[in-house]
Amino acid sequence: MVRSTTFQSKLFDKFNVVILALLVLACLFPLWYTLCISISDKSAANSGLVTVYPIGFSLTSYQEIMGDRLFFNSFWISIQRAVLGTVISLVISVMMAYPLSKVRREFKTRNIFMWILVFCMIFNGGLIPWYMTVQSYGLIDSIWALVLGSSVPVFNVILIMNFFRNVPKDLEEAAVMDGAGPWTILFRIFVPVSVPVLATVALFVSVYHWNEFFNGLVLMNTANKYPLQTYIQQMVVNMPAGTSLTPEQYRKLSVLSNVSLNGAKVFIAMIPMLVIYPFVQKYFVTGIMMGSVKE
Amino acid sequence: MKSRSIQKHYYFMLLPGMVWLILFSIVPMFGIVMAFQNFMPGRGIFGSPWVGLQNFTYMFQLGDSRTVIFNTLIIAVGKIVLNLLVPLVFALLLNEVVSLRYKKMVQTLVYLPHFLSWVIMATIVIGLFGYHGVINAFFKLFGADPKVFMADAGIFRQLLIGTDVWKEFGYNAIIFLAALTGVNPNLYEAAAIDGSSRWRSMIHITLPALSTTVVLLGVLSLGNVLNAGFDQVYNLYNPVVYSTGDIIDTWVYRLGLQNLQYSLATAAGLFKSGVSFVLIVISYALAYKYADYTVF
Repeated sequence: MVRSTTFQSKLFDKFNVVILALLVLACLFPLWYTLCISISDKSAANSGLVTVYPIGFSLTSYQEIMGDRLFFNSFWISIQRAVLGTVISLVISVMMAYPLSKVRREFKTRNIFMWILVFCMIFNGGLIPWYMTVQSYGLIDSIWALVLGSSVPVFNVILIMNFFRNVPKDLEEAAVMDGAGPWTILFRIFVPVSVPVLATVALFVSVYHWNEFFNGLVLMNTANKYPLQTYIQQMVVNMPAGTSLTPEQYRKLSVLSNVSLNGAKVFIAMIPMLVIYPFVQKYFVTGIMMGSVKE
Repeated sequence: MKSRSIQKHYYFMLLPGMVWLILFSIVPMFGIVMAFQNFMPGRGIFGSPWVGLQNFTYMFQLGDSRTVIFNTLIIAVGKIVLNLLVPLVFALLLNEVVSLRYKKMVQTLVYLPHFLSWVIMATIVIGLFGYHGVINAFFKLFGADPKVFMADAGIFRQLLIGTDVWKEFGYNAIIFLAALTGVNPNLYEAAAIDGSSRWRSMIHITLPALSTTVVLLGVLSLGNVLNAGFDQVYNLYNPVVYSTGDIIDTWVYRLGLQNLQYSLATAAGLFKSGVSFVLIVISYALAYKYADYTVF
C-alpha cells in the first residue's frame, strides 16, 4: 500500500497508535485490576487504596481460598458443566446440521424442521414457563438442568449447517460411490473438514457454560450446587434486593466486603478463559466468517 | 438409490436434537397459557381459573410497566447504536495502522473482555465506579468529593451503555475487519496516485466497502430493541437506581421468582417475546429484501 508522507499523515499515524494502545489497555484493565486487587495487602485493598497498581504484596488471599471448600466445589461443578455441555451440545448440533444442510430434493421434510428450529430461536415462552417446566422434570439441583436447561443452541446449528453447505459436493459423491452411508459421510468427511467452525462453536458453548450464572441461581436451591459464576455473583456482587438502600447504606455495604479475597476468586474464575483463548483465537475469526457465508 | 433408507438416517440424526428442543423450548411455550389465567401453583395449569386479558390490562396500568418498558427501549437502543458506531470507528482506525504486527496484536487483545462474564465485569465496574473506586480516587487528586456512581439514577443508563460498549467493541469489530480484508489494495494505490488524501480514500473506498455490513447489522439489531441485557443490569443495579435501570427482564424476574406473581410475570414475559418475535421477523424480511441476507 502506498503511504503518503505528509506531516498530517505522520501525525495521524502517531495519534492512531496511541489511541489504539489506550483501547488495548482498556480491554486488559479487567484482568490487571483484578490481579492487583488480589495480590495487594489486605488492608490496602479493603480500604480502597488499590487503583491501577498493586500496593504491597501478599498472597494471603490465595492461601485463604485454599481452605474454601465451597469455592472449589463450585469450580468443579463449572468444569463438569462446561465439559458435559460442550460435548453434548457439539455432537447434537453436528447431527442436526448435517441433514438440514441438504436441499429439499435430498431430504424431503428439511424445510419443516428448519422452520421449527428458527421459530424456537426467535420465540420463547419466557422465564416463568421455562422455570416451571424445568422444575416439573425434577431437575432442580441437578447438574443436567445446567447442561441442558438452555435448550438447543439453534444459532450454532445454523452456523455449522452453513459451513456444511459449502463443503464440495464431490467429496460426498465420491464417498457414496465407495458405499459410505450418511453416518460415515458425516463423521468421516464433514466433521474433519469443518474443524474451524466446530472449534468456534465449541468455544461459544464452553464460554457460555463457563460464564452463565442465572440458571445456576434459579435452578439450584442449595449453595453447594452453584456453578462458579453463581457462587461469585452471590459472594461478591450480590446486594440485598427488595430493600431500599440509601446511597449512604450502599456505601457502607460496599466497604464491608473482603475486597482482596473476592479479587482472588474472580481472578481464578478468569483463568480457564485465558488458557483456552490463545488456542481457539486462530480458529474463531475464520469460523464465524465462513459459517455466515451463504452460497 | 435407496433414498428412503437415507431419509430414515436423517431422521435419526435429528432425533436427539428434536427431543432436546421439545423438552426445553416447545413444552415451555405451552406455559404461556398462565398469562391468561390466575395461576395458582396448587391447582396447576389445568385447574387455575381463566381471566382473559386481565393480566395484561393490569400490567399496563402499573406505573412500573411503563418505567421498565421505557428504560428497556432507551438502554437497548443506546447499546445498538453505539455498538455499531464504536466498532466501526475502531475498525477504520485499525485499518489505517501501517505495522501489521501492531494491528494483529491490537486485534487479538481487544476481544478479551467479550469472553468475561457480566458477573466478573460487574466486580470490575464496581471497582472502577464504586465509592472506593478508581474514578473517585482520581477525582480525589483534584480535591473533588467522592461520588456514589453506582447509586446515581441520573447516570445509571449511561453507565450501562458505556460499559457494554467497552466489553463488546472489539468483538463487534470482527465482522467489519473481515469485510475490510476483501477490499482490493490496488484501489488505495490508484487513489493515492490520483492525489487522494488518506481521509478521502477512507471516505470513498473503505466506508463504502463496509456500508452493506453496517446496514445489515443495523437492520438485524431491530430484534434487540427489547433486549437491554439482563446479565449486565442484574449484576449492576440496586433498588436506588430502579427508576432508570430496571428493565423488562429484571422486572419479570422479580415479579415471578421473587414475588411469585406467576401470571403477571408470564404476561410481561409474553409481551416481550411477542413484540421481539414480530420485530425479528420484520428485520429478517428487510434484510432479505435489501441485503439478500437469508438466515437459512
